[in-house]
Amino acid sequence: MPLAEGISFDLTVIWAFLIAFSVLVYVVLDGFDLGLGMLFALEPRRKDRDVMMNSVAPVWDGNETWLVLGGGGLFAAFPLAYALILPAVYAPVIAMLLALIFRGVAFEFRWRTERWKPLWDVAFISGSALAALSQGIILGALLQGIEIDKPARAYAGGWWDWLTPFTLAVGLGVMAGYMLLGACWLVLKTTGELQNRMRRWAMVFAPLTVGFIALVSLWTPFLQEGYYSRWFTGWGWGLAAVVAALTAAAFFGLLTRLRMASAELSPFLLALALFILCFGGLGVSMFPYIVPTEVTIWEAAAPEKSQLFMLVGAGILIPIILAYTAFAYWVFRGKIDADSGYH
Amino acid sequence: MFETFDAVFLARLQFAFTVSFHFLFPAFTIGLASYLAVLNALWLTTKQERFLNLFRYWVKIFALAFAMGVVSGIVMSYQFGTNWSVFSDKAGPVIGAPMAYEVLSAFFLEAGFLGIMLFGRDRVGPGLHMAATAMVAVGTFISAFWILSVNSWMHTPAGFSIDPETGQFLPEDFWQIIFNPSFPYRLMHTVTAAYLTTAFIVGGVGAWHLLRHRRRGEIATGESRTMFSMAMWMAAIVAPVQIFLGDLHGLNTLEHQPVKVMAMEGHYESHPEGAPLYLFGWPNDETQTLDYAVGIPKLSSLILKHDLNAPLDGLDTVPDEDQPPVFIVFWSFRIMVMIGFAMLGLGLWSLAARAKGRLYDWPMLHRAAVLMGPSGLVAVLAGWVTTEVGRQPFTVYGLLRTADSAAPLAAPAVGASLMAFIIVYFAVFGAGTWYILRLMGHEPSPAEPRLKDVTTGPTHAAGRSPVPNAPKEE
Ligand code: HDD
Ligand code: HEM
Ligand code: HEM
Repeated sequence: MPLAEGISFDLTVIWAFLIAFSVLVYVVLDGFDLGLGMLFALEPRRKDRDVMMNSVAPVWDGNETWLVLGGGGLFAAFPLAYALILPAVYAPVIAMLLALIFRGVAFEFRWRTERWKPLWDVAFISGSALAALSQGIILGALLQGIEIDKPARAYAGGWWDWLTPFTLAVGLGVMAGYMLLGACWLVLKTTGELQNRMRRWAMVFAPLTVGFIALVSLWTPFLQEGYYSRWFTGWGWGLAAVVAALTAAAFFGLLTRLRMASAELSPFLLALALFILCFGGLGVSMFPYIVPTEVTIWEAAAPEKSQLFMLVGAGILIPIILAYTAFAYWVFRGKIDADSGYH
Repeated sequence: MFETFDAVFLARLQFAFTVSFHFLFPAFTIGLASYLAVLNALWLTTKQERFLNLFRYWVKIFALAFAMGVVSGIVMSYQFGTNWSVFSDKAGPVIGAPMAYEVLSAFFLEAGFLGIMLFGRDRVGPGLHMAATAMVAVGTFISAFWILSVNSWMHTPAGFSIDPETGQFLPEDFWQIIFNPSFPYRLMHTVTAAYLTTAFIVGGVGAWHLLRHRRRGEIATGESRTMFSMAMWMAAIVAPVQIFLGDLHGLNTLEHQPVKVMAMEGHYESHPEGAPLYLFGWPNDETQTLDYAVGIPKLSSLILKHDLNAPLDGLDTVPDEDQPPVFIVFWSFRIMVMIGFAMLGLGLWSLAARAKGRLYDWPMLHRAAVLMGPSGLVAVLAGWVTTEVGRQPFTVYGLLRTADSAAPLAAPAVGASLMAFIIVYFAVFGAGTWYILRLMGHEPSPAEPRLKDVTTGPTHAAGRSPVPNAPKEE
């Protein structure tokens, strides 16, 4: 964009970063709590499940709110993109919303019934799994490209276009990654046998996650010419090498730390690092497109006035939100003890 | 209008279904959050145990209702994109910003402090716990503020221009957009509605326990009496306020959306010499007549224009393709108004009972209160149906037609998702309602268990304690 556009150039880029930021925060925060939901399936003991759920009960709603900000922000700052993307991924979005209903209510419902508790556990597990899978599929569908009718400002594809081997691979990758995050979160929040088992699960999901990252990273450049030239020409090679090296470093760091009994926080941080690297990679692939490779962020942008009005609010409120979110995590810091309440 | 089950019609059904379900929860939790804040403040200042017990009692119900409100709300925020993508593209520059403000200023606030409100009393001390409880209540209000501003803009758009190239609405003045002409009325009327809804639910539960004890020849707990009394004060004071606000709101609608008022009133014909107030009738869009009408001459002109002989236009002045479906609007409006007056009646009755010293000892009053328990929810839905159906056939009143707002989706896709929503909502929210009713079926006791203790089996006396060896928690 020419600099003559001045302020609108800056605002649109700022908004692209803000939305990317809220999606990243969402993926990280709700990622571990969706992952924890899937790990429920692998931890059938009621006492362990209680502990696991209690480790996120006070914060899950806040985690999910970042998803609302991501969606709402997209609607507000890039209405055209919102209008093009959501119909294109209609089925996975609806599936995700329904899945989030099941897992969200399970937090409350499973404590309200003895007889049906196993049922709400199943709702929690399958809701978490389906939400994670759908999120991956949505991401994959966006990456592989969406058919649009540009003059009509409308989605022009069919309603099964999102279903391809590539999108399924991304979906499974996201599931594995969330389970890794969930297991590392529980290493941090639990003790004893449960913690040990979580270390072992993390050892399982770390290579799986990295495997999917490798697969998707190698696949992506061949989806569209634009991606390929970005990664495999000129300085793209260098960038690709650096990202790959960092990922490998984070991966081996993670495996080493998981083996150390004293390391509780570092596995979680290293798992986060993997996610942040992937996210950065995605950014490199996509920028400045918001619907690759059809619509740029500037084409989809809301008018300067809308973006400016929101930026004032975001500038003031996001730091405050981060502060009280951190406060809430701090209030509920520390280990969840399986035996609490028994004495 | 309803001849075919095309994609647009299915999308409308889906929106109406999901938003109606969603709104049931905020209608209850907006009021309940404030009630909990009041109870907590009363406990902290008076140190009377019954307020703490009531807090513990209602906070369990709140947690359930709130969770259902959140998950059904997330559906709403994505539904604009999935089903109403053209609307989103066109109106996004204007209403996107207030909706983003809702997320930033309300949803995060509620979510951030909810955990502390539910589980944190002993972790943060009474002062901060009170603050967190108040924050949740404030958050629900801020949420209503923004979403109602957005909704009102769709009824009475202001402060915008239209981009000739893309057809998008462009913001000119956000102050005018947010404080558009119908917003103040809608905000007051709806928030008051939420308070009334909560008051009648609380009162209904109180009355239920008063009756049960009476049948057994016992005396109800102080907790049950207190909540019944508090609820009846709300009914007596707020119901008349609500009727007054509803009247103001109607006058505002007459000014900005006269066609909607014609439908509400069943005025197919113009009345140059004073219009009657139709109490009942059978609106017939085919013949454009109100069959079997029962009306009071000239009263409508008196209410709407404060003049018996003021002329009022009817739907005969409006082209067919711009008319809302009259039957729905006419009847949903009457349901809401009837409930409004019934609420007033119960409020007055409770005042009389108080004066006679029979507030806790008048089974007929208590039966009526139980019967009216869910009436707020019905009124709220009826009110929204009036408002929203009355706006038809437009999404942005007078400017963007509903038929032109929908996403380019195939009917089977929308139909399938509609079915999925219906099944899931009835199953999941049905179960949730059952759990709420079951909690309500237990009387609040002088030793009301804390949230974390309320589990159903011995295996998890640990309940929801999110922390190790946590001291006693709410
Ligand atoms: C932010 C905006 C907003 C809000 C707060 C509401 N609505 Fe709405 N409503 C719409 C925005 C909207 C809409 C997107 O504009 C729809 C979809 C199709 C249409 O015509 O308008 C709509 C349609 C719509 C219809 C279908 C009307 C028809 O086509 O015949 C009903 C019955 C309702 N709504 C009911 C409600 C209820 C019970 C609400 C209570 C919360 C509510 N609406 C709040
Ligand atoms: C189409 C319109 C609506 C949309 C898109 C919408 C969106 C949402 C979303 C996304 C949430 C979840 C927030 C979270 O994650 O914590 C939510 C909850 C909530 N909404 Fe709505 N909403 C709509 C209508 C309304 C209306 C009309 C009101 C009130 C007047 C309202 C009041 C609330 C409140 C108070 C909550 C908090 C949860 C609860 O109290 O049950 N919403 N809404
Ligand atoms: C007799 C008393 C009442 C009158 C005269 C009245 C009047 C109105 C009018 C004229 C509207 C339509 C506004 C529009 O066209 O946009 C409306 C909507 C509504 N009413 Fe009422 N109302 C009354 C009682 C109630 C009660 C008791 C409740 C609930 C407890 C309620 C809840 C609502 C709601 C939620 C809406 C939709 C939001 C809005 O547009 O304000 N009303 N009311």
